[in-house]
Amino acid sequence: MEQKQPSLLGKLWFALKNIGHSVRVTLRIMSYNKIGFAGFLFVVLILLISYLGPTFVDLDTQTKIDMIYQPPSLEHPLGNDHQGRDVFSQIVNGGRDVIQTAVIAAVLSTLIAVTFGTLAGLVGGNIDNATTSVADIVLTIPQFPLLAVLAALINFKSLLLLGVILGLLSWPALLRAVRAQALSLKERDYVEAARSLDLGTWHIVFREIVPNMMPYIIISFTLAMTGAVYQMVGLVFLGLVPISGSNWGVMISLAWTRGAIFFKDSIWYIMSPVVAIALFQLAVITMGRSLELVFNPRLRTDA
Amino acid sequence: MDTAPLTQAPAGTRQLIYIPWLRRLAANYFMRRIARALTIAFVVTTLTFFLIRLLPGNPIDVYVNQLVLEQGIPYHEAYDRAASLFAIDLNQPVLLQYFDYLASMIRGDLGRSILSPGTTVSSVIVRFLPWTIFSVGVSLMISFVIGILLGLVMAYRREGVLDQILTVFASITTSVPNYLIAILLVVWLGVQWGIVPIAQMRGSLSPGVEAELSLAFIKDVFFHASLPIFTYVLTTLGGWMLTMKSSTISVLEEDYVTVARAKGLKGSRIVSAYVGRNAALPLFTQVTIAIGFVVGGAALIETVFRYEGIGIRLIQAIQRRDYTVMQAIFVIITLSVIFANLFADILYSWIDPRIKLGRKR
Repeated sequence: MEQKQPSLLGKLWFALKNIGHSVRVTLRIMSYNKIGFAGFLFVVLILLISYLGPTFVDLDTQTKIDMIYQPPSLEHPLGNDHQGRDVFSQIVNGGRDVIQTAVIAAVLSTLIAVTFGTLAGLVGGNIDNATTSVADIVLTIPQFPLLAVLAALINFKSLLLLGVILGLLSWPALLRAVRAQALSLKERDYVEAARSLDLGTWHIVFREIVPNMMPYIIISFTLAMTGAVYQMVGLVFLGLVPISGSNWGVMISLAWTRGAIFFKDSIWYIMSPVVAIALFQLAVITMGRSLELVFNPRLRTDA
Repeated sequence: MDTAPLTQAPAGTRQLIYIPWLRRLAANYFMRRIARALTIAFVVTTLTFFLIRLLPGNPIDVYVNQLVLEQGIPYHEAYDRAASLFAIDLNQPVLLQYFDYLASMIRGDLGRSILSPGTTVSSVIVRFLPWTIFSVGVSLMISFVIGILLGLVMAYRREGVLDQILTVFASITTSVPNYLIAILLVVWLGVQWGIVPIAQMRGSLSPGVEAELSLAFIKDVFFHASLPIFTYVLTTLGGWMLTMKSSTISVLEEDYVTVARAKGLKGSRIVSAYVGRNAALPLFTQVTIAIGFVVGGAALIETVFRYEGIGIRLIQAIQRRDYTVMQAIFVIITLSVIFANLFADILYSWIDPRIKLGRKR
């Protein structure tokens, strides 16, 4: 009797069902924390607006002298700026740069911190001393002045470069946490067991230790993202990073220098990017509470 | 009989220092802290030197080329002028220049401003740094004290209305960037509602007010510093509150608190001497991070309020490409943070004697 081979379509269907199941489980775990889930929904909303929005809403670059600082109307939901351009289109088009830079910085700093933090914690000795002293030094230098000085010496032409520099400066706090975690985790029974089974360093680090500190890593990732947004928007606001085009930081900078303190009508122009950034920061941080649950290995097996 | 091995390390342990008094010095907590602070200070000044002097497209080269191209000054003369401004002898080998730079740094000679001829950088720092130290220092103290008290209340009244309101307040103020809150204060309080005279509050002193110990002077100082201080307090308070709350909750479960209760001690005494004191201790370690963050952010806050501190001078120096001033202010800001940290560490070890005894690894 011939055994029935599942067709390609059937395999695909099965895979999709699997993915669908794990997405459902993930969402259910995330919804255990109501506030965190709200934050997650907000982040999704902001991502959708910033990445899909520009295909529907074009950036308004046309100067309209009769529309300067108009209050919101049906045509211009968030009013107009100092040149009569539509503020809403700038908000929709201005999120990508900010989010992308923040993600680059957060990914890089998390990678550095997790790699060297576990290494320092597990190996100890001189490697440990060296990493912790470097972390101490980087942690002590006030970041914003350093970035401002660097902006004067290096031309931050691309967002990628800015993101990389932000990432290179923001790992020490997480490294300390990861190292402390690694120090305590390596004494646990299951690590001991893995070692006596001779499963190798790679297995111990990535299968036993890192999964157990995922909650910390996720929280630090969200903090690194918001930290990067803080520094980047600050630099752009002061006009130290000449990034052309329109993003939320540039909007704040322009609104501040072109009218926020002189014209009462400019309130919609200055408030829109301020609220956008504030909401993004809040949403990312609260989302951390839910993500923490998802990446907690114990909760995962219970679900 | 066997007295020889006194200076020798016992077998099995590694001891690098054999001279007894030096060993005692190295084991001393304060000495190690001071040595660490000095090391970081040294690394930072060195880093700055290499940024200014050796990076391709560094300020000195840029300045020299500018003089040669725009004013037609001969090359060696332009070099001399740059040398006198940066307080570095550019004709020497780089290594000697570096030692020169370190020596003049220690003497307090930081060079002269490129843009305002004749102004020494030290005079700029002496004029502007005190305002930043004052505003940041006062704010950190206020927010630390209020934060501890509120955190204590939150822990005792867990899940209460006040706790929930304060938690929401803390999560908003800690996640929204402080300069955005500063902008909101100016826009709403100053422009939209017109409650606060933001135009008069600019600067660090009103014109005509002399620096003296009088009520009028102190009032004026606080009038100008009030918005920056308010912003710093508002944005750091939440962090202290939340940490204090969780710290208090864990202390409340300790045995010595139960014992104190069982002994029938007065509630107020338990709160102040047993719970509050012990719960506040871990927060001191975070002062270190807070100092760096607030001083770093001061550049932004001072720019928003036009408060004449060192932060706004740094930004102005960068915007005008006044590299000598920029370099010196950056070094000074970093040194202030390093020594503020040292001070916080020593204060902490004085409050918590366990730190001094235990060897922190």
